[in-house]
Amino acid sequence: MADLSINMCGIRSPNPFWLASAPPANTGEQVMRAFDAGWGGAVWKTLGNPIVNVSSRFGAVDYAGQKMMGLNNIELITDRPLDVNLREIAEVKKRYPHHAVIVSLMVESKDEWKEIIRRSEDTGCDGLELNFGCPHGMCERGMGSAVGQEPKVLQEITAWAKEYARTPVLIKLTPNVGDIVEPALAAVAGGADGLSLINTIKSIVGVDLDRMAPLPRVGVASTNGGYCGPAVKPIALHMIAALAREPGVRVPISGIGGVSNWRDAAEFIALGSTSVQVCTAVMHHGYKIVEDMIAGLSNFLDERGMTLDQLRGAAVPNYREWGELDLNYKIVAKIDADRCIGCQKCVAACHDGAHQCIFTGPDDRARPPHAHAHGPAKAPRPLPLGRLAGDRVPWVDEPECVGCNLCALVCPVEGCITMTEVAHEGGVDTWNDRVRDGRDKVPGRIFE
Amino acid sequence: MTAPAYTLPDQRLESRLDDAKPAFTASEARAEAERCLYCVDAPCIKACPTSIDIPRFIQQIATGDVLGSARTILQSNILGYSCARVCPVEVLCVGDCVYNGWHKPPIQIGRLQRFATDAALTREASTGRRVLTPKTAAHRRRVALLGAGPASLACAAYLALEGHEAVIFERNALPGGLNTTGVAPYKLHAEDSLREVEYVRSLGVEIRTGVEVGRDVTVASLLEGYDAVFLGIGLGADTRLSVPGEDGAGVVGATAFIERLKNEAGFTVDGVRRAVVVGGGNTAIDVARELAKLGVSDVAMVYRRSAKEMSGYEHEMHHARVEGVRLVENAAPVAVVRSDDGAVTGLRVARTEKGSPVAGDERVLDADLVVLAIGQSKLRALAGEFAGVELDKRGCVVVDAVTKRTGHAKVYAGGDCINGGKEVVNAVADGRDAARAMMRAWG
Repeated sequence: MADLSINMCGIRSPNPFWLASAPPANTGEQVMRAFDAGWGGAVWKTLGNPIVNVSSRFGAVDYAGQKMMGLNNIELITDRPLDVNLREIAEVKKRYPHHAVIVSLMVESKDEWKEIIRRSEDTGCDGLELNFGCPHGMCERGMGSAVGQEPKVLQEITAWAKEYARTPVLIKLTPNVGDIVEPALAAVAGGADGLSLINTIKSIVGVDLDRMAPLPRVGVASTNGGYCGPAVKPIALHMIAALAREPGVRVPISGIGGVSNWRDAAEFIALGSTSVQVCTAVMHHGYKIVEDMIAGLSNFLDERGMTLDQLRGAAVPNYREWGELDLNYKIVAKIDADRCIGCQKCVAACHDGAHQCIFTGPDDRARPPHAHAHGPAKAPRPLPLGRLAGDRVPWVDEPECVGCNLCALVCPVEGCITMTEVAHEGGVDTWNDRVRDGRDKVPGRIFE
Repeated sequence: MTAPAYTLPDQRLESRLDDAKPAFTASEARAEAERCLYCVDAPCIKACPTSIDIPRFIQQIATGDVLGSARTILQSNILGYSCARVCPVEVLCVGDCVYNGWHKPPIQIGRLQRFATDAALTREASTGRRVLTPKTAAHRRRVALLGAGPASLACAAYLALEGHEAVIFERNALPGGLNTTGVAPYKLHAEDSLREVEYVRSLGVEIRTGVEVGRDVTVASLLEGYDAVFLGIGLGADTRLSVPGEDGAGVVGATAFIERLKNEAGFTVDGVRRAVVVGGGNTAIDVARELAKLGVSDVAMVYRRSAKEMSGYEHEMHHARVEGVRLVENAAPVAVVRSDDGAVTGLRVARTEKGSPVAGDERVLDADLVVLAIGQSKLRALAGEFAGVELDKRGCVVVDAVTKRTGHAKVYAGGDCINGGKEVVNAVADGRDAARAMMRAWG
């Protein structure tokens, strides 16, 4: 079994899987059960001056029969007394000395930061995470994302925390900004030891059409919440990758946002995360999911003969600007007639949503007037008869196929549509190459 | 909806038979609907005799527009409520679902259609808000329809929706045709058939029951008083075997037997321990399954040829076997065996080769009930009263394939009387097509 232990800016953990600061890490009783289940660390539900929470608090987006593709919440920070939380944190740390216990904090004044950092660190916790991300409720009081969206304020408070803290300080960033690099650089300038991202995305999860009220409903009304879960993973991956390749960000990253299984975690790590934090998947399925995450990541590394250190950031160099992509690379769709079930989803997708190059039937077909190739689309002869779908198997007009992937994305049958690389002449040719060589003029410009 | 005009007695035997395909709950329906791939040029639509836009109505269930879903169904098949239950979907829409080839369970289209039409009829009855709203015709025509089975009901409903007057003449006391009297109860109970009839009446269709054309009303008066006549007269009495011992108690025709089971108060099969059903079609399988489900411990089907030559559906025969029905293939009835007091004790059968009895190779199947499901007679006489209406060699009314018009310019026909006995959905398609053809002919 691969060694999954990590050291994130001095915070040691038996594996990279941490509970995110959220309801699953609300109490000592929960965190201890989570550690027993296998979680390597936990970022405690944010401490501050206790607040009052509303009922209800969560809303979800279901998709095609699957529950909770995305989760939205309007819950605030902990509503339990500070001393109770601190006593439980100390107890957990005493019982689980080798697990990572990080305390999430959110207060206003410098004096409050000083006091809460001192009292938190007195529990023996391994590190602090400053919550500059929460986009609902707390931001109305000048905290959470209100700080994360103001790089100067963020840097100042980070510096306060670093002044008082003896343990590593992570800054949790909000994705509700134009460019994630700005607050990240501000955090690093303030002395942050690490970055956690993303916090939730400002959202309204739905509308109750009977009561004409947004969801989740509190009486007759609602407020915007924070969106998380599998739906936000692509946004998180991008922001993490953007920081991982930013030379000014030299601190480790704790990746958050829709991590639900080992594969998600591996992707976050490949784009530069050291630890990953999980919330929605635990809220959906319970602490037990970490068993599969540990086994899956370990099996993956063993199979590839890789270490966790080698995986970390392995995909970052291949995240490039569009101008660095090879314009000569070409793929086309190939349909495996014997796997095709004849649903023809690809036909509608290609004709209505892409580039009009997938057809059915034995006859040659007229290409649309805007086609690039000349003459009709040539039907294959003989028409391939599918083992399952017979003559309902569609065919691809390859000269017109731009290799967009859409047909393969909508095809319900795994392995039926394969995007296949086509040989091409010449080497790599990027847009940036063309700009450099003065070949960047495409016919049909506004000003020729 | 108007007040129910037709009532059934309590204590009907069919009430003991539960739905073979139970209703979906809302969450089950939604989950099933969300499995649909929403195929392009969908094979299920092509397999439906009424061409319901199946992916569309399923999508409407998935998105929570159940009334819109029912509208999609009823526009193509006004009897979508009963067809959802009685259609042999295994050989129609569901049988052509692309999931079959993929070795995944096909979409349960019938049960989804039931979900949508149940909800729509319930809501329409309770709120009066219509799924389909009858129009007013600029020039209102009158159509007389013979027989209140699915073909006439469909034809009348589509005429009424366009604002025309449709009057159905039914010989029986109860309308609905075989949906009321003949469909296996585990598919459709008589009260559900009558519920659908009420829906058709609510569209403005008039039904006159207990009226026999030729006796109570003359053919001439119909041709005189109406702009068109539709023959939806179905089939006649059960065919007899013409073997010794056949006449008398203990030997019954299948459709007559099922009608009593479905409609008659206090009808029972309690004294029956062993039953033999003669025939290899779907009616034979229905009767055999009903008897087995009602507790008759030994139910045998006797068929003249081999199992694979049966006209009954394979999936139905599979269910029958699961329920304990045994098939005696390659055997033909020779005589009904009776005791000295005249009670049926068995059916003497001869072994057959290629359907023909082999002399001297006979045996007796013990039975105290023999049910004959070998077909129904054709109502040649009634059809023959309309000048110009022709019958083919089988006795079926000859119609134009598209318009369902007979040799008489004002007379149309559909359902079992033109095809010799097919599905409800075929009758609906005929009735609908005839209604459309009439309206086209009127201009």
